[in-house]
Amino acid sequence: MAGAAAEAHDHPTGWQRYVYSTNHKDIGTMYLIFSIVAGVVGGLLSVVMRMELQEPGMQIFGDPHTFNVFVSGHGLIMVFFMVMPALMGGFANWFVPIMIGAPDMAFPRMNNISFWLLPPALTLLILSMFVPGSLSGASGAGTGWTIYAPLSTSGSPGPAVDFAILALHVAGASSILGAINFITTIFNMRAPGMTLHKMPLFAWSVLVTAFLLLLALPVLAGAITMLLTDRNFGTAFFDAAGGGDPILFQHLFWFFGHPEVYILILPAFGLISHIISTFSRKPIFGYIGMAYAMVAIGVVGFIVWAHHMYTVGLDVDTQAYFVFATMVIAVPTGIKVFSWIATMWGGSISLRTPMLWAIGMIFLFTIGGVTGVMLANAGLDRSLHDTYFVVAHFHYTMSMGATFGIFAGWYYWFPKMFGYMYNETIGKLHFWLTFIGVNLIFMPQHFLGYQGMPRRYVDYPDAFAGWNFIASMGSYLSFAGVIVFLVGVVMAFSKKVPAGNNPWGEGATTLEWTLSSPPPFHQFETLPRIK
Amino acid sequence: MIKSTMRLAAHVLAAFAALTGFIGAAFADQPVPWGIGMQDAATPVMEDIHWFNNFTLIIAIAVTLLVFVLLLVVLLKFNASANPTPSKRSHHTMLEVAWTLVPILILVAIAVPSFRLLYKELEVPEADLTIKATGYQWYWGYEYTDDGYDGLSFDAVMLGDDERAERIEKRGLTERDVPRLLAVDNQVIVPVGKVVRVQVTAADVIHSFAVPAFGIKVDAVPGRLNETWFQAERTGVYFGQCSELCGSRHAFMPISVRVVTEEQFAAWSAAAKDDIDAAYEALMASVKADRKAIDVAKR
Repeated sequence: MAGAAAEAHDHPTGWQRYVYSTNHKDIGTMYLIFSIVAGVVGGLLSVVMRMELQEPGMQIFGDPHTFNVFVSGHGLIMVFFMVMPALMGGFANWFVPIMIGAPDMAFPRMNNISFWLLPPALTLLILSMFVPGSLSGASGAGTGWTIYAPLSTSGSPGPAVDFAILALHVAGASSILGAINFITTIFNMRAPGMTLHKMPLFAWSVLVTAFLLLLALPVLAGAITMLLTDRNFGTAFFDAAGGGDPILFQHLFWFFGHPEVYILILPAFGLISHIISTFSRKPIFGYIGMAYAMVAIGVVGFIVWAHHMYTVGLDVDTQAYFVFATMVIAVPTGIKVFSWIATMWGGSISLRTPMLWAIGMIFLFTIGGVTGVMLANAGLDRSLHDTYFVVAHFHYTMSMGATFGIFAGWYYWFPKMFGYMYNETIGKLHFWLTFIGVNLIFMPQHFLGYQGMPRRYVDYPDAFAGWNFIASMGSYLSFAGVIVFLVGVVMAFSKKVPAGNNPWGEGATTLEWTLSSPPPFHQFETLPRIK
Repeated sequence: MIKSTMRLAAHVLAAFAALTGFIGAAFADQPVPWGIGMQDAATPVMEDIHWFNNFTLIIAIAVTLLVFVLLLVVLLKFNASANPTPSKRSHHTMLEVAWTLVPILILVAIAVPSFRLLYKELEVPEADLTIKATGYQWYWGYEYTDDGYDGLSFDAVMLGDDERAERIEKRGLTERDVPRLLAVDNQVIVPVGKVVRVQVTAADVIHSFAVPAFGIKVDAVPGRLNETWFQAERTGVYFGQCSELCGSRHAFMPISVRVVTEEQFAAWSAAAKDDIDAAYEALMASVKADRKAIDVAKR
């Protein structure tokens, strides 16, 4: 009997431990490594773009199509291969089972395939950059991450866009399987006494995100399948000459795309709440409001998609509806921001590295939020749509909101995941370099957008030179931050300073801090009871 | 109340615009180095966009400052050394109701002028002139579709560096007259003060027709005829750029609109039916004569 049990809970070693892994913590670690690799690649693409845009004229790219390929690659990699794997694949895999008192995910083998679908997906995307994809015969998919038809159909001969579509199919399948796994785990495997209303907010955020993934990604899959058949099998879903409609693609894309941006930010909302609470040594303020604010953001997120399409020629009443619906989202988002501040209010705050990132995230996300309210107004968006103002807006929410959330989570949980303490000075240096860097990149882009500079431009009129130069400098500074981050990781693993079970003290109240650091290979063989 | 104030502001702005336009002061009808605001308004719609942008921007900055100040207070008052024992408070119903209701009120205050602006932009008034703009990879084609123009049509292709240099030399222009990546060979010519309807479509992939100073942007979609309108309040040259990713030369298909007096427009459109280049030369001579007259008057 003992032998059978040992087999069922096998602990393979070497390469088998990872390739055959059914362990949520090992899979989470693989997701995190994958995300760091993809993040460096996607980040390098953006640095090269900023090098091109540092001054007017064409410096780096011989064919402007290649610049568009970098734009597309940067967007797709950051969304599908950096943020999603880090937050959902990495942190959620690691900590949702632990936080709800479960031994592992509901479907451990499905968890394995969820992860192992990603490397081939990224490989397909990288391959797409090296096969023909433009009218001129240059390589790569130059369609932007939005892959609008007909630029992505008749406008992009050659196999590059097909590779990109297949990459999205595979990555999408990975995410759908992951979403099913999280929903099942959270609904069925909470420890005795852990009701939904006692569940930690990170688990709540992952639950909402998983539903968004489950409902949004199949729509993307349908849309890109139609794109694939338009490209290769003579259908005309999006071809006006054959009775189709290019705008249909945009509706389908953004029906997925808008929930997608909440998929990116919601898990960050969740983990920020724990960090704020931990380092303020106070319970989360307005827990129920916080949980249902995320549910509200998730629900409303599905009925605002056409605010990305104000200039396509929508009926004026339709636009008015989308203005109204979009502004509604500001209310639950405001509840979250104010509740975070109220959590800190009256607290006893220690400004450790994770807390720095969390506070930075709150402030910068607020900036992205208020510009979002401005852009929600179709009348104003008419001027700002497809300009750098929009680029600035969504990077304040994504590059500062989601990514600051990821780094906050990284420093918060690093001691727990790996058992070693990171270097506090390095962590803070990483924060300040990134904070100054990203603001230098994106604050001036508001001005460029106001002046009318369109996005996705390889070259720009000379008047835009000044702010573009500043933005490029910010980009290099941010990349220096990435290098400091990597140095910090290497240092932590070589110095091996033991972290202890709970390095954060009494403020850290969720279940992961009751376990050893790193936690045992299988935790909670006896389920914890939540009072 | 808001409406009348807005109208008053618009009138003041328009009067100011007319005045300064007449004496030939430099308007920012194209981006300027280190510019941080929108380009100057040349149409009533853009004036309203300016107003609405200022209105929402003030709210946005106020909210950001509020959050910033709150964070600052929290960090100063409630850091571990200043406040070693944390409170255990985690609910305050009134506060939670307040930060739900107050944002709703602010959003309603934004929504009212927002809808007014939206409907003003999209309800096209009776047009005096209709121009069809067609996006191609990678230039724009224009057609004057009203009766009496005999299907006057031409393409507008971006000027390369050599062509710009040539024009600067031959016509005595400055860099600002033919800005890099904005100047085109054939400008769209429209009369000042008239309602111009622009019908927009595309022949290959999606493009987007935009002129920032007019406050217009509308996608050019194959198989669809979108429309927008503008009523330029002062003469001059206005620039725009393609605003939907359309392939490798997306950055190189600008839009340039020259607003001229009614008489100049009539003369140009009559002549352009036969010879577009000669008509343009004649128009430029007339514009130059006007400018000289103003300079003399100023002296």
